[in-house]
Formats: sequence, structure tokens, C-alpha cells
Amino acid sequence: MSAYKRSSFVFILLPVILLVLMTASLFQGPAHIAMGKITAILSHQLGWPIANDELRPWMQNVLLDVRMPRTLVGALAGACLAICGAVMQGMFRNPLASPSILGVSSGASLGAVVALYLGLASISIWTLPLFASAGACLTLLLVYRIASQRGHIAMGTLLLAGIAIAALNTATTSFILSLSLNNWEVGRMIVYWTMGGLEGRTWDHVSLLAPVAIAGTALLLVFSRNLDALLLGEVHAASVGVDVIRTRRHLLIITAIMVGITISVCGGIGFIGLVVPHILRLILGPHHRYLLPASAFGGAICLLGADLLLRSIAPEKMIPLGVVTAMLGAPFFLFLLIKKRWSVQI
Amino acid sequence: MRENKSMKVKLECQNLSFSYQQNKVIKDISLSFEAGQMIGLIGPNGAGKSTLLNLLMGLTPPAEGKVLLNERPLKSYARREIARHISLVPQNVSIGYAFTVREIVAMGRNPHLGSFKPESNQDLELIEQALCKTDLINMQNRRVDQLSGGERQRVFIARALAQQTPLLLMDEPTASLDLCHQLDILTLLSNLAEEGHLVITAIHDLELASRFCHRLILLSQGTVTADGKAEEVLTQTNLKQYFSIEARVELESKDAGGIRVTALHACSK
Repeated sequence: MSAYKRSSFVFILLPVILLVLMTASLFQGPAHIAMGKITAILSHQLGWPIANDELRPWMQNVLLDVRMPRTLVGALAGACLAICGAVMQGMFRNPLASPSILGVSSGASLGAVVALYLGLASISIWTLPLFASAGACLTLLLVYRIASQRGHIAMGTLLLAGIAIAALNTATTSFILSLSLNNWEVGRMIVYWTMGGLEGRTWDHVSLLAPVAIAGTALLLVFSRNLDALLLGEVHAASVGVDVIRTRRHLLIITAIMVGITISVCGGIGFIGLVVPHILRLILGPHHRYLLPASAFGGAICLLGADLLLRSIAPEKMIPLGVVTAMLGAPFFLFLLIKKRWSVQI
Repeated sequence: MRENKSMKVKLECQNLSFSYQQNKVIKDISLSFEAGQMIGLIGPNGAGKSTLLNLLMGLTPPAEGKVLLNERPLKSYARREIARHISLVPQNVSIGYAFTVREIVAMGRNPHLGSFKPESNQDLELIEQALCKTDLINMQNRRVDQLSGGERQRVFIARALAQQTPLLLMDEPTASLDLCHQLDILTLLSNLAEEGHLVITAIHDLELASRFCHRLILLSQGTVTADGKAEEVLTQTNLKQYFSIEARVELESKDAGGIRVTALHACSK
């Protein structure tokens, strides 16, 4: 199949899958709401005249205030993580780069945990995201500064610095957690939060995440051509007019904010940013103008899918979402790695 | 040609110095280049040829001195603007990415395009021309990571051609090419110089350099040790002193029009 056909196929398939999953996510839950009722409530919300007498208020509440925000937060968070992973792999020309390996995720977690520990999270809904983004930005900045010299990046150093700082972040998070163990309420909040999940997400979370996800994705798409050129090396990119240092700096800031906000909304969810872009790259090739939007769809699908799986298989067990994404993502990634052993590339 | 108005390019460097850590690799170099010439940078390994090209392209800021492009400091240009004036073909670009030949050549149009603007018919035509001139038109849809080293080198030369800059910097453009394509590329570059481009190329093959370049610049340990016509630069004394070879130097017959350098043996320094 030609690259063009393949990409049009992917761009028809991915939105369809996403729509199906979103519908399923609205449908799935302990309280049964029939599909017809769901359509009725949604149409009613959109202002179409509907025979209102059959709709119970609780259905409306469950659907609009519980399942809907959960679904949207899941899709947006997955999209953010995956597109950021794709951008990081491209700009650092490294198949291993991803929010978690470069320490960005753990930096965001640390920031959020600090906010929780100090009790600042209850002041305003903006404190936690602010701290998380600050943590993500600081970590990425630090890793980047360590690995770059006169604007050139030493790849080995970048990954090692990322891993070291991630370890430091995780250790500090654990340290703060151990400090807060005598305060059961704070400790529980931190543990619950670090494991990640979509439980009890509200429209507040959606209104926090949606603008960042949409604006961030749009900004990243502007860089598609430059990212393609960067794949061929700094000299080549500069030669075709890419200001390498400035482009990297902009991309770092955008991705750090996106990851920070995402993590502040749904906790530590790993592996989506690493796995999704790789799978799509195998199908679509390295072109960022296809890869980035496809990654956004793919990430949304994976996160929603994992959440749906967890809710339908063991709804009463409260398994954290991050556990599911890693448990499914890691083996699948290994399978790809073994199958394409010598040709894993960006 | 389309960009004739900007064609008369002038490049100059004044008291350029550069060092990697403690190691001074470019020492106080001042040169000026006029459009319409093909200039060969020659010198032994580690003489500073690639570093000088990088400095002229503004890839690395010099420790001292400055580069002037059309009498304006290179520093004052935005990267995109530089890329509309200068294109650089680096040495051995290693790629493991699944781009096709055509896609890479098309990247040469990037500095002329916006982020989303698709290529116009004129852009497509320039890409097509670049592919033809470098003998790549028949493999334009092949993946670059499946090409040989020489073919790949031609892809990046084609990219520079598509970029349509009045100034071309080449770092060993013929290094991994077979004889036929070496001649093709050098002929192509010297034709560009005839048309009014300025071509500066680092080159190891002294005989080819003497045939195709209007002017040779001999670099050694970061300084310019000879600068002029081939017969002035490629002398037995220079070859002995800077290349550490004992060589026989003969003027070629008219049809080849170069200098034959026969390396006899390496001499101890």
C-alpha cells in the first residue's frame, strides 16, 4: 500500500475507533443507562426538542457530570502524552525519548506531590497544575542543560541525565510521601494521585486540560516541517533554515507544559508517550505532519481503551490506570522490539 | 534563473578564530569570496576545513572575528534568511529514517515556505530539476536509508540545489562518489559558478581540485598557508611542508587542464 493510501486509511480508522470508544465509555458504568437514553440526553443538551418525560434527573447527572468529563479527560490526556512523546523522539532523534524516560513525568509528579503535601492544592484548582507544570519544566530544562553544549545535544548524556533526574524525582516523591504518612489524609491523597487514574474527574479538569491540549497540539503541528528536518541532524536542519536551538527551546517548553498539566489532571500514567508514536511510525513513516495528529488520536484511543478495560473487567477493584497502561504497553512494545529487532528507528 | 537579483553574493570573514575547548582549530583567518567562482578548500586531515565551513554558515559562533554576508554581519541574519542565501552539504550524513529521496530534496524548499504552505508548482519544478541534475530522478521514490553512500551524498547535493541559494558550501561532496559521479558533480558545481553562484568546497582530491576550482585555499593547522591559482598553491614545497608528501607535480595537457600530483612517498616530519 502506498504511503498516501496508508495514511488516509489511518486517518479514517483512528477517528472512528475513538468515537466508538468514547461512546462505549459513556455507556459503561455501574448504573445502566440505555443507549437510547444517552442519545436523548445528549440531543437534549444540544438543544434539540426531545420528549423529556422519560429522562430521570439522576441519569442526566451520571452521564453529564460523571461519565462525560471522565471520557473527555481520558481522551485529552492520552492525546497530550502521545503527541509529546512523538515530538520528543523527533527532536532528540532518539527512539527512547518520552516524557517518562526524560524525567518530565516524574518531575510533574514531584511538583504535584509538593503541592499536595504543603496543602496548597486545596487553595485553588490551579495550584496543583501549576506546581506540576513547574516540576515538568524544571526537570526538562535541567536535563537539557546538562546534555547540551553550545546548542548541540549529546544523546547518551541526555538519556542518562533524564534517568538520573527521574530517579531523584521519584526518590524525593517517596521521601515526601514517607513524611506525610502520619497525616493519613494527605498520605492517602498522594498515593492515590501518584498511581494515576480518571476516577471522579469533573468539568473543572476538562476546562483545565482542553485548552492546553488543543492549543499545544496546534502549536506542535506548526513545527512538523522543522521536526522532519531535525531528524536528519542539526547541521542539515540548520542548513535548511531551522533555528535549531530556538526550535528545541520552544518545543521543550510546549511539551513540558502539556505533560505537566496532563499529569496534574490524571496522575502518573506511563508508556503511552513511548509506545503510541512508535506503533504509528511503523505504519506512517517519519513524517511529522501525519505522525503528530495520528499520535494524538492513538494516545486518546489507548488511554480511553485502558480505562474502559479496567472499568468493565474489575469495576470494584479500583486498579489504577497507570498500572493498566504499563502492563499492556510494555509487553506490546517488547513484541514490536523483537519483531523489528534491528530496524527500530525514528 | 529565478533569484537572479540576489545572485551577486559576497562573503567575507575577518580575523576568524575558533577553538574546541583548549584546542585552537581556526586561527585568525581573513578571506573574501566573490560570486562566480568555485573555490577549493584543501589541506590535510584536521586542518580546519569543516570547521571553517561551519563558521561561514554561522552554525557555530566564532570565538573572535566575524563573517560578513553581503557586507552585513552573519549574526544579524535569522536562520531562515541565511538558508535562503547559503546552503551547506555536510560530510557523511548518516540517516536511518524512512524518508524518500524526493522528500529530502523537497526539504531544500523549506526556507522559502511557511509551516503549512504546500509546495507551489514552481517549487515542484525546482525539486524536479535538482533531481535531474544529480541523476536521481529515477530513484526519487526510493527510501534514503536503502541507498549507497554515494547515492545518498547526491541526494544532499540535490537538496542544496533545490534550495536555490547563491552560495553553496560543500564539505567533501565527492568523497564517496564513483569517478563518473565525481566528474558529474564537480562539473555541475563549476557550471553553477559560471552562472554566478559562489561555490566553496572542501576537497581532498588535489588533481580534481586543480581542474575544477578557480582558486585554491590551502589550510594547515587552522591557518591559511597558501591562496591562489592551482599552480601557485600545489607546489612541491607546499605539498612537502603541509601534506607531508614527497610528490611530483606536473602541468596537465590542455584538454584536462589541471595539475597532476603524483605522491611518491610520505616524508617524516
